[in-house]
Amino acid sequence: MELFSNQVLAGLATGAIYACMSLSIVMIYQAIDHLNFAQGEMAMASAFIAWQLIQWGLPYWVAFGLTIGLSFGAGFAIERSLFRPLADAPVLTHVAGFIALFAIVNSGAGMIWGFTIKEFPSPFGNGQFLGSELLSAHQAGMIGATALLLLSLYVFFEFTRVGLAMRAAVSNPESARLVGVNVSWMIGLGWALAAGIGAVAGMFIAPLVFLEPNMMGGILVYGFAGAVLGGLSSPLGAVLGGFMIGVFENLIGTYVPGAGNQLKLPIALFLIIAILRLRPQGLLGRAFVERV
Amino acid sequence: MSVLPDTSIARNDSTSSIGIRTILLRWSRPLALLVLVLLPLAASDFVTFQLTMLLVYAVALIALNVLTGFTGQFSLGQNAFFGIGGYSAVIVVEHFHLSYLLGIPVAGVIAAIAGILFAFPALRLKGVYLALATFALGTTIPQLLKLDYIEQWTGGVQGMMIEKPMTPLGLPLSQDAYLYYLTLTIALGIYILSVNLLHSKTGRAMLAIRENETAAAAMGVDVAYYKTIAFGLSAAFTGVSGALGAIVIQFVSPDAYTIQLAVAIFLGIVIGGVGWLPGTIVGAAFIVFVPNVAESISKGLSGAVFGVLILLVIFVFPRGAQQVCDRLLGVEHKKD
Repeated sequence: MELFSNQVLAGLATGAIYACMSLSIVMIYQAIDHLNFAQGEMAMASAFIAWQLIQWGLPYWVAFGLTIGLSFGAGFAIERSLFRPLADAPVLTHVAGFIALFAIVNSGAGMIWGFTIKEFPSPFGNGQFLGSELLSAHQAGMIGATALLLLSLYVFFEFTRVGLAMRAAVSNPESARLVGVNVSWMIGLGWALAAGIGAVAGMFIAPLVFLEPNMMGGILVYGFAGAVLGGLSSPLGAVLGGFMIGVFENLIGTYVPGAGNQLKLPIALFLIIAILRLRPQGLLGRAFVERV
Repeated sequence: MSVLPDTSIARNDSTSSIGIRTILLRWSRPLALLVLVLLPLAASDFVTFQLTMLLVYAVALIALNVLTGFTGQFSLGQNAFFGIGGYSAVIVVEHFHLSYLLGIPVAGVIAAIAGILFAFPALRLKGVYLALATFALGTTIPQLLKLDYIEQWTGGVQGMMIEKPMTPLGLPLSQDAYLYYLTLTIALGIYILSVNLLHSKTGRAMLAIRENETAAAAMGVDVAYYKTIAFGLSAAFTGVSGALGAIVIQFVSPDAYTIQLAVAIFLGIVIGGVGWLPGTIVGAAFIVFVPNVAESISKGLSGAVFGVLILLVIFVFPRGAQQVCDRLLGVEHKKD
């Protein structure tokens, strides 16, 4: 039983990584109705920017805040310059655009910062959490930060005018326009928010996996799995989904003989397909109804 | 929004219509074929090898076009079927000591089975969800190929080598040229098959599903059935192309079939023009040559250059090579 609870705890710690990623995936999906395949690379680039700022001697939290601000602006700028002109293009063209963005960010980061792995500092210190052997202080802090992030997003969407306008722009662009919401700006804002959350995710993930241009490869797939499990239309669901994927992955690794590292990705694949098949809207998402 | 307005072409014929355009339109296909047949005679072995790879990718692009261009279903996991095809062919040749000419169809059949198996759970997925499921498949396949349980068949992380087939029947061709003509023959066969498919009952059902799945179902098209066919056919063609690729490169390994390959195939059809089969040659040329061009512009930034080139293409020509060709020939598409 102790083994079980320990593994659940360790799973929650890994799950926090996925939860962060799932959350930023859901944010962008909410804003533009697409899955951004370059989301992981954008988070990676943000982490590099933070690392650079810290190298230049800025204190951690100043660098943290600055990076979020810069990423927020960059997300907005990317939407304005690259994806706004493509608004009426077919979906396939959009996906090609995401792939182009992926290639540019990945190779650009490699060019500027190199492919050698770098240590990224944790704001929560390097110790263990309350003497626990499984949970490091960083992982505990990360779980807390994810919860905080989720709470502030909830407050933003439920209780502010801009949040309401963003929801309106997504659920019914035509009507939103009629009541004076600038739909196009809301989409830009969605990109900006997603990039900002991605920056937080990148900075919290980097201390765990080391900083390098390809650090997000596998994490993005798990992030997708978490987002799908929780429901692409629900931020809370995405976070829960991310944690559940982490726990599930750990338990499978412990109790299924021979599963180990080799089968981790196949299990994520199986999960994604099983969930999409059994409950396409996810655990907490709204069912998708199409009008013909 | 139509991705394939092929059926509603209106020629912009004016009085001078018996000009160069008509000739080009009428003779473009035989001309292209002639060029493809004659090219290796003038090329070195290495260029012949590159041209063969171009044809291999062209087949993979036709395969994705059956799925995406005709039926409107996404796939970012084509590397899976390409890899399954490649491995099947090599296993047939190396483990069973059978002819690679047998390996190619076997690869197609095995990939088709894999495609249909994948289609069953994926059938009900639409748009972005399908893209996601196939993306997951694409990222997973190198892991699956590395599994310990099947290492004796797949060679594990190391992969497997295969010998280059000899030119049969004493034909006066180098081994590379022979492989080129073999690939060209198969590519042509699959091309003609796909064109005929598009104009068949099945093809019309696929187009209906692409335009509006709900409406197609309401009109009596068995959506699940035709989607399964599209998945199976697409996987079969991709498997054949993977088998050819493995024989041409003489090597299979899990790392040759990463998600990057699926991304390349996907970009190929966007650049060639989605649903426009002649564009597959252009798309394949992009896959084979543009990474080299990007590398020669800047070594460290080749990925970024590649990305910028894609952005340029989709900004200037959202419908890819098809749009360029239409503009050159003065063909206009009716707005629907």
